[in-house]
Amino acid sequence: MSIEVRIPTILRPYTSGEKLVTAQGITLAEVISDLEINYPGIGERLIDENGLRRFINIYVNDEDVRFLDGLQSVIADNDSITILPAVAGG
Amino acid sequence: MLIGMLEIQRSLVDSIVAHARADHPDEACGVIAGPAGSDQPVRFIPMVNAVRCPTLYEFDSKDLLRLYREMDDRDEIPVVIYHSHPATQAYPSITDITQASEPDAHYVLVSIRETGPLEGPFEFRSFRIVDGEVTEEEISIRE
Repeated sequence: MSIEVRIPTILRPYTSGEKLVTAQGITLAEVISDLEINYPGIGERLIDENGLRRFINIYVNDEDVRFLDGLQSVIADNDSITILPAVAGG
Repeated sequence: MLIGMLEIQRSLVDSIVAHARADHPDEACGVIAGPAGSDQPVRFIPMVNAVRCPTLYEFDSKDLLRLYREMDDRDEIPVVIYHSHPATQAYPSITDITQASEPDAHYVLVSIRETGPLEGPFEFRSFRIVDGEVTEEEISIRE
């Protein structure tokens, strides 16, 4: 099973500039582990010891995973994942 | 040090300042999208400041997804990401620097500290923020 993952500009250095990559996994945590295997370093830009980083948004289809089950959100075949850093500041 | 340049139409500057005044005392924020690869800000997109705060801003997460999908569909990029500082100078705060996530964008800051919601002087400055490094750039306003 293969899931499409959209990579934001700031993380494309990890994916050789690719905007759209594929990954495997049944939960978001597994998908991120799989991304880390293929694109080393990307994982820690997404998660830290407390889970999903505060200023990273990850969506499964149209839903922010914070409103699903976070890293435990279940990913189905044909789901698409979008990663977007928050646009925020002070 | 000034390197690089933001070219922007007067009407877009006016729109940003008007948004800053309308949302006073909270920070106002938004994007000016432009064709990918052009570096030309064209389409003014005011965003809701989801935290509604005088010292912080953040795009709502659903709005953010909608915005990026729409820009993708139109082959646009966020050429300008702007926000206001209602009470402080038009210079990136520590939070602005640590949160900056679009290395190709012009980060525009507008300060309306002198007159707040009223007409009057304002500060309007543009920066690149890449890997924690801030570089101010010149602004060329086209009539």
